[in-house]
Amino acid sequence: MATENQHIKELVKRRYEPGFFTDIESDTIAPGLSEDVVRFISEKKNEPGWMTEWRLKAFALWQNMPTPKWAHVHYPEIDFQAISYYSAPKSGAKYESWDEVDPKLIETYDKLGVPLHERARLAGVAVDAVFDSVSVGTTFRKELAEAGVIFCSMSEAIQDHPELVRKYLGSVVPQGDNFYAALNSAVFSDGSFVLIPKGVRCPMELSTYFRINELNTGQFERTLIIAEEDSHVSYLEGCTAPMRDENQLHAAVVELVALDRAQIKYSTVQNWYPGDEHGKGGIYNFVTKRGDCRGERSKISWTQVETGSAVTWKYPSCILRGDHSSGEFYSVALTHNFQQADTGTKMVHLGKNTRSHIISKGISAGRGQNAYRGLVQVNKKADNARNFTQCDSLLIGDRCGAHTFPYIEAKNATAQIEHEASTSKISDDQLFYCLQRGISEEDAVSMIVDGFCKEVFKELPMEFAVEAKKLLEVSLEGAVG
Amino acid sequence: MTQNILEIKDLHASVEGKQILKGLTLTVAPGEVAAIMGPNGAGKSTLANVLAGRPGYTVDSGSVSYLGQDLLALEADERACAGVFLAFQYPVEIPGVNNTYFLRAALNAQRRSRDEEELDSMAFLKLVRARLKALHITDDLLHRAVNEGFSGGEKKRNEVFQMAVLEPRLAILDETDSGLDIDALKIVADGVNELRSSERGFVVVTHYQRLLDHIVPDTVHVLMDGRIVKSGTSDLALRLEKEGYAWIQEELAA
Repeated sequence: MATENQHIKELVKRRYEPGFFTDIESDTIAPGLSEDVVRFISEKKNEPGWMTEWRLKAFALWQNMPTPKWAHVHYPEIDFQAISYYSAPKSGAKYESWDEVDPKLIETYDKLGVPLHERARLAGVAVDAVFDSVSVGTTFRKELAEAGVIFCSMSEAIQDHPELVRKYLGSVVPQGDNFYAALNSAVFSDGSFVLIPKGVRCPMELSTYFRINELNTGQFERTLIIAEEDSHVSYLEGCTAPMRDENQLHAAVVELVALDRAQIKYSTVQNWYPGDEHGKGGIYNFVTKRGDCRGERSKISWTQVETGSAVTWKYPSCILRGDHSSGEFYSVALTHNFQQADTGTKMVHLGKNTRSHIISKGISAGRGQNAYRGLVQVNKKADNARNFTQCDSLLIGDRCGAHTFPYIEAKNATAQIEHEASTSKISDDQLFYCLQRGISEEDAVSMIVDGFCKEVFKELPMEFAVEAKKLLEVSLEGAVG
Repeated sequence: MTQNILEIKDLHASVEGKQILKGLTLTVAPGEVAAIMGPNGAGKSTLANVLAGRPGYTVDSGSVSYLGQDLLALEADERACAGVFLAFQYPVEIPGVNNTYFLRAALNAQRRSRDEEELDSMAFLKLVRARLKALHITDDLLHRAVNEGFSGGEKKRNEVFQMAVLEPRLAILDETDSGLDIDALKIVADGVNELRSSERGFVVVTHYQRLLDHIVPDTVHVLMDGRIVKSGTSDLALRLEKEGYAWIQEELAA
């Protein structure tokens, strides 16, 4: 029946709510990338010599790397010389108290609904907010310090805990890991640093909020989370950007290290500006996220809800090094209009009796293209490794696409690997069934999509799950009917 | 005189350009259970879908008055909110959406449209329990996703249960007996009988007489080639069961 087409024709009056720009004076260097720029950034941040060297090594590696072309995404070549690699709110990056922070900045975060300041206290979430490239404040620092938890910006960590940074930075994602990781290693401006000491259960959810504000800037933040033996932490990450016609680059690196019996849960709700309904503008989101289950019986769990960005290229992965360690990946990726996503995970089984669990839900609407790309690798010594992968796609309309690229490499005969995949459409029959019971078309679509994503949403912390659900509703506005 | 639930006059409707209903006229009074019988391809399911407002079914001419208002002017969800319920021949699965949640969303959407207060989970659960009890059915379906993995009998039972909660003024049953064994059929029929009331009209579309052994209709209408060609009481259904439709065709030809 032709109804779906009719509905799709009435496409898209979707609003991107966080799409405002904050007029705030900032320090931005001229576009372009060279050794001098790398030195400039390092100097600007008062970094020790070893850090500068580390960056320069990354830059040298990056210069000799070709741009990766294998992902199922298409976009014009990025001119890396046209991007500015450093932008900071002018009033200076560090504040002794909240009273010193530019009120406009706070207003911005208020608009975004970031629970900073006193609101943070009420919400019970500790937030580190990264505005353009610089961390502008970490809430709850005192309470966390009492528990022995270090939660600060990466810049501060380099100053205050150089031995930890030196030990762990790049130990999961080395400088030369891939093109964008190398770029990030050379020019990263800030990010978050977390250390949960032995035996500590982090008393609250930790959270980072990223915001790209300035025009023609890239955002390259670096996050490092270390969970020592028997510790436990849950970390949330949210992202937005203003609406702009130009594409902006976001190339982050996140490294997680879980020692013996430690558990890290990392949740992301990504809502970078996706571009308009004609595919103009939007964020290029090229991110390397990797967790190392370094200790025995350690566990790393990634949950992501990806609704934004023009192009997403992202594979949160787990290296299951410790015996009995386990990795999880729960993902909802939505592409609408001209959005493209190539996302998935890598589970690398090195230790004995390691487990991995992958649930991926891709939703495509409009002309969106959604690809799942996953690697399950079982190495020779990884006896009794087990993996379960479930990969479902939901199509809304007939101009979008879903693609699945599963790679399985098993070098140990005791490995048990299961892969299930399905593709379905929101059918006219489903919609009519809901309508016939009195449910409006819009509510029907979000109900069906919500049902489809259920297995992933239940992995998110409660308030994030609510936000994710709302975000999907907004993102799908006008997709049908 | 009380207002009729449904008055269909000279209805012509087509699907994908093919004319299916060719001047159908039918009236259903409050409290009436009208059975629509007929051979395959006569237009029985088309009638059910046209009344419910399913996209893809085009009304070419004629009128449908529901409680005095022009039913054809309403969208499908508006018809539902106005109290028109279709028990589907093939209820569709909606994975991951809890059956109870779905039904509450439906009921509250209908209540909103009538400016009634929405029911919270507690009040809704109470209502659900009462309906389950009245229909003598168990609550095992409540916790599952809408129709997901349901057997044929479970699906039809779920339709009747939804009907009981939504309390429509006009209930249309589209081949509700198809694919049911006798036990499942009895459960469904008992449910429908429980819901018979002087306020409510039923249009029961069926291919076989056997459903009408359990849901005894007030009127029986024979639908052939897009028109109601003969009307009678439940005796008519029995004769059709015995003799088929050929004699009607002969009568018409004569």
